[in-house]
Amino acid sequence: MTELGTLAWALRRDLRLAMRRRGDALNVLGFFALACSMFPLAVGPQREWLTRIGPGVIWVAALLATLLALPRLFEHDHTDGTLDAMIASGRPLPMVVAGKLIAAWLVTGLPLIVLTPVLAVAFSLPMHALPTMLASLVLGTPTLLGLGAIAGALTLGLKAGPTLVTLLCLPLYVPVLVFGAGAVEAQVSGLSPAAHLALLAAGMLVVALAAPPVAAQALRISVE
Amino acid sequence: MMTRPRMNAFRFAAPQTFYPLAGRLVPWFAALAAALAAAGLYVGFGIAPEDFQQGEVYRIIFIHVPSAWMAMFTYLVMAGYAVLTLGFRTRLSAMMCRALAPTGALMAAISLWTGAIWGRPTWGTYWVWDARLTSTLILLFLYIGYIALVAAIEDEQRADRAGALLLLVGVVNVPIIYFSVKWWNTLHQGASVSLTAAPKMAATMLTGMLLMSLAAWMYTIAASLHRVQSIILERERHARWVRQLFA
Repeated sequence: MTELGTLAWALRRDLRLAMRRRGDALNVLGFFALACSMFPLAVGPQREWLTRIGPGVIWVAALLATLLALPRLFEHDHTDGTLDAMIASGRPLPMVVAGKLIAAWLVTGLPLIVLTPVLAVAFSLPMHALPTMLASLVLGTPTLLGLGAIAGALTLGLKAGPTLVTLLCLPLYVPVLVFGAGAVEAQVSGLSPAAHLALLAAGMLVVALAAPPVAAQALRISVE
Repeated sequence: MMTRPRMNAFRFAAPQTFYPLAGRLVPWFAALAAALAAAGLYVGFGIAPEDFQQGEVYRIIFIHVPSAWMAMFTYLVMAGYAVLTLGFRTRLSAMMCRALAPTGALMAAISLWTGAIWGRPTWGTYWVWDARLTSTLILLFLYIGYIALVAAIEDEQRADRAGALLLLVGVVNVPIIYFSVKWWNTLHQGASVSLTAAPKMAATMLTGMLLMSLAAWMYTIAASLHRVQSIILERERHARWVRQLFA
């Protein structure tokens, strides 16, 4: 099987599994919407405030929702032994990881982005900032998933796994958050978000290339 | 059996040979740390002149700057050991990572703490979300994450290698800290010490800071060597040489 064939195989497999367990993806989406809805209740319904904090809140919620999606990435395959079989099969493991990551993004990342316009309205985000908000999420969420895959692979099967993933991921997520929310912030205040988006894109490219092999190495360390 | 005496660069990579060497080195580095710190504090608090803008407050840099440097540098050293761990599967390098981590975290915490104390009278606030402060905070979180990860994994070899991989992923952050002042250019004053430009501070101030930096180095070496001795004993407790040591 070719490298790309392996990627397509892993992608198809994870998508099929996700279709059989739709609740998982819906939970993440529900968390995203609910987490965003808590903020107006906490800080008050004044529109100016909401416009001000909206981009940051949506970004933080997207980031936390991604964290929720991470344990599913490898944990099921680890507990039922599929992961050992994948490693033993001699298929290129980075390609398996890449396929799983694309599937995870399609199942959890993309729905978040589709839901974002509704939340943007709820936060009175100016309409002209919406494309930037969506672009920043499109460029940023794959980076979050890629970095998260490494943490997820390192903590595979540990009792403290989910908590530990949060602890390991959040520091690494800071630049994505800064540039992601910063892009929208810039657009809202009438500046060009191009620099922020370019940095997000650069980060995504680096992570897209580096995360699959590093996460594959981490998986090997964890199951050895 | 005749053994030929030979010089071997990797002789001390074995925990068994490194343990007594570390034991001999610890008192020396600890004494150097104490002497340098005493000299540095004397120069910094006794001799160095008052700053014409900041008054006496600036003197906290004699602790703040060395600890910030040390926090960054320790992480780099740990990343270096991480490369050895992953590349050559050397056991001692992973133990050194573990031994260095608490001191690195301590240094990051000291630099944040002293920075806050300095910020109150100078900037009017204990904390600002400026790039350098924030990235030092992230560095502290990276240390905590490393310590938590290796503590959570029971299998030693897995913990060593997982920790090493995490260090290599995290080390990308250290240059961001260093260049953040240039990149984001916010409230924090630019670096006062530079290798390319002439130092902007009085010679005595610089002397005090360099003495304190050396003291921080010596302390870190002494503390990590002492800690690595305990780690070696714990891991090799079933080895014959350890049992003979305590026979």
